[in-house]
Amino acid sequence: MARVVVDVMLKPEILDPQGQAVQRALPRLGFDGIADVRQGKRFELEVEGPVDDAALARIHEMAETFLANTVIEDFTVRVESTETAGASS
Amino acid sequence: MTARIGVVTFPGTLDDRDALRAARLAGAEPVSLWHRDKDLKQVDAVVLAGGFSYGDYLRAGAISRFSPVMETIIEQAKAGMPVLGICNGFQILTEAHLLPGAMLRNNHLHFICRDQKLRVENAETAWTSDYTRGQEIEVPLKNMDGRYVADERTLDELEAEGRVAFRYLDVNPNGSLRDIAGITNAAGNVVGLMPHPEHAVEPLIGTGKTDGLGFFTSILKKLVNA
Repeated sequence: MARVVVDVMLKPEILDPQGQAVQRALPRLGFDGIADVRQGKRFELEVEGPVDDAALARIHEMAETFLANTVIEDFTVRVESTETAGASS
Repeated sequence: MTARIGVVTFPGTLDDRDALRAARLAGAEPVSLWHRDKDLKQVDAVVLAGGFSYGDYLRAGAISRFSPVMETIIEQAKAGMPVLGICNGFQILTEAHLLPGAMLRNNHLHFICRDQKLRVENAETAWTSDYTRGQEIEVPLKNMDGRYVADERTLDELEAEGRVAFRYLDVNPNGSLRDIAGITNAAGNVVGLMPHPEHAVEPLIGTGKTDGLGFFTSILKKLVNA
């Protein structure tokens, strides 16, 4: 089975208070030098069958209509691995 | 003859009973609708009530938007059926693209629960005709994802077309752009807002005011006179 990863991030112009809260906590924890943090979502899709152009087009459609709200979010789709290491199938 | 007002229950809806009661107090016939049922039971208008449908797991309203009942509601709303989305219902309407923009986590990241003053900015929608433009009302507000956002062009359009239906007064409780508490579509049949008019319909409970009842009397008058 192949894994396809969909990353969803708030658009740059959208305020991300969760990312800001993380960023503000960093110096207190001893992690310096981080100017900004944006928090997003990562979806790992285990795809049955071949990840061909048609399958990727469907995943793109899924991301655009459901996994991301394109009014406020951007997304990227990428194939992470074409087979899972050690899998016999 | 009275009108039939449907209220949808999704898994995780909390305020459906209050919305049904508000409809009844206004003189309408309240009708329960089920999220898996495409049939709207011949209602004349629909309320999408507050809560956390499907746990708001993906985004608030994102999963409910694809439920069977919403297929019919989206189709009917586009044909002119009045739909009111309160809180989670507002989030569902934006996810369904029946209303522009989107709802995000409150800017301060805390859940809010307070009595909130609002100004009615548009008293010509199907759900606001019993108010007057500029009227100040107070109803409960309770939410986690109440920050209304849209791009500048959309916001300017909403303002220019008088489609900002409600604005927060005194404080902006969640970081909503331009203090927007609720909006309407261009036709005025689809209205969404974050605060809860259905919790302010009886003097005995809540704020002691009945400022929210006007939503339900507005729609009833419109439907009965139609």
